[in-house]
Amino acid sequence: MALIEIKNLKKDYVNDEVVTSVLHGVTFNIEAGEFVAIMGPSGSGKSTLMHILGFLDRATSGVFKFKNRDVTNLDDNQLAQIRNEEVGFVFQAFNLLPKTSIYDNVKLPLIYSTKKNQDKLVKDAIKAVDLMHRINNFSNQLSGGEKQRVAIARALVTEPSIIFADEPTGNLDSKSGQVVMEILEKLNDDGHTVILVTHEHDTAQHARRIIKLRDGLIVSDEKVKSRRSAKEGELQK
Amino acid sequence: MLFRDIIKLSFFSLRANKLRSFLTSLGIIIGIASVIVIISVGAGAQSLIVNQINSIGSNLIGILPGASDSNGPPASALGIIVTTLKYKDAVDISQQVAHVTAVTSYNTGMGSISYQNTKSDAKYYGVMDQYLVVEDTSLIAGRFFSAEEEKGNNRVAILGYRAWQDLFGGDDAIGKKIKIKKEFFEVIGVIKERGTSGFQNQDNIVLIPISTAQNIMLGVNYVNFIRVKVDNADHLDEAVSDINSLLRDNHNIRESQPSDFSVRNVKDAIDILLNITNALKFFLAAIAAISLVVGGVGVMNIMLAAVNERIREIGLRRAVGARRSSIMLQFILETVTITVVGGLIGIFFGASVSAIVAVVARFLGYQWDLVVSWQSIILGTSVAALVGLVFGIYPAQRAAKLDPIEALRYE
Repeated sequence: MALIEIKNLKKDYVNDEVVTSVLHGVTFNIEAGEFVAIMGPSGSGKSTLMHILGFLDRATSGVFKFKNRDVTNLDDNQLAQIRNEEVGFVFQAFNLLPKTSIYDNVKLPLIYSTKKNQDKLVKDAIKAVDLMHRINNFSNQLSGGEKQRVAIARALVTEPSIIFADEPTGNLDSKSGQVVMEILEKLNDDGHTVILVTHEHDTAQHARRIIKLRDGLIVSDEKVKSRRSAKEGELQK
Repeated sequence: MLFRDIIKLSFFSLRANKLRSFLTSLGIIIGIASVIVIISVGAGAQSLIVNQINSIGSNLIGILPGASDSNGPPASALGIIVTTLKYKDAVDISQQVAHVTAVTSYNTGMGSISYQNTKSDAKYYGVMDQYLVVEDTSLIAGRFFSAEEEKGNNRVAILGYRAWQDLFGGDDAIGKKIKIKKEFFEVIGVIKERGTSGFQNQDNIVLIPISTAQNIMLGVNYVNFIRVKVDNADHLDEAVSDINSLLRDNHNIRESQPSDFSVRNVKDAIDILLNITNALKFFLAAIAAISLVVGGVGVMNIMLAAVNERIREIGLRRAVGARRSSIMLQFILETVTITVVGGLIGIFFGASVSAIVAVVARFLGYQWDLVVSWQSIILGTSVAALVGLVFGIYPAQRAAKLDPIEALRYE
């Protein structure tokens, strides 16, 4: 049973009665524990695809099954709940709350959750990104790399099924980017499903599978043969 | 989502923008403070009036010449001279009405009062010999005039405390001759200090027999008003009704005709004054409430700006699982927190100003009670919350309607 099954997924945007088709029928499965990179130039539809897979948006047609449940036509509140329970997001611009402590930033998704032992969950997530020593710092006192690690902790805190990373290294220098990718790899090694959206070839090499999109269609979907490990910073045979 | 979390969140965003939160709620602070001050100072002023009237005595009946309906003041109280009330009426009341302990009629006069070269701006009153009993006061020197002197056009005078101070500087005045207009009077008594009562200075007066005032000083045959003291407040209604029928009889008024005088007891007077001052108080409070609406619009304005400023935050919250309703609740509660905290500060300011007014009024010698009621505090807080609720809805709706994807992308 695949974690995610999509069949012939289409997405149209209607703007002033002009219909723009972004996804023309996309079909693939993602198994639990995979590390998938979705690649493509801007306008290829990769962001739209991520939004649909991340339950931020709905497809116009096609089928989207999540854990064997049809989630194609959920309403707003159902989407919000499933985002809270099943998905963690890491954004290019970090999107941390300003003037707020690391602890409270990481805790944010739990405000909307009914999970117990929230304090432990928050601390575990912060430990996972190795930032316990900065737990009471404010977000504006951190470097870019540290901010993105806080964002990853925030994505982890609800123990989601999938972590979406949307250009997670886009605003970082290469060294901080390495560290962030290393953490994502480690999470994947620990069994988390990670879906990475990027247009950078190098970044995509950290994944185990790359789906390439162009003009709303999949142009290739293949395993990464020579996976690049962030830890060693070189190609792995 | 836990309510506690949202409350924490609201206070958090208030703290994050302390100055702006304060300026935002300033309109509410001022509005609530003015409502509290108006209600409290109004109640203080009412207590002052009631205290003063009660200090005259609650078992008093006042009779004024001229008809009146039961709610408004009689014409004579508005400065119109009505001549229907006579000295004989006062004498008859004291002799014929049950439960009456003392009666005096009054004729008021203005004129230069002097002792040698010292002048006084006191008013003189023609009164009857029961004056001290009716007014519930006493002498500090000398004696009051007798019933014979009251009727005999005698030229004797009793000085109020202030008139005594002005004319004699506190020296012995008994037996001295003072001049009122062109007539000389022998001072036979001095009344103790009484203070201001019913907006009149009770010390800056000179009392002379009513016959002297009517026949020699003023040349009139009517009195300005009559005061009657009854033995017990429970007998007020009975005495009022007896006085009514006695005076109607005296004035030959037939049954279908209205009376040409008005009988009031002190309780009625208090009721009328309270009616007037309550109306005034609520009118002023209504004006202050308008400032709350203005304050509310200010709060709404700032909250709309805050929503715009925090679009990405809203996008993020939606992405991590906040429902539209959670966002809505968050912004409404933030607005309500601003207005309620503003309201509480306003209550504090208002109560402080009221306390200062009360202290100053007491320092000036008024019997001023500090009244900051629980009702006004609860009212102030709930009005502030209501303002926040009403003016928070629109910005909160704007925030909740945002599309999460657009909001996350917003630069």
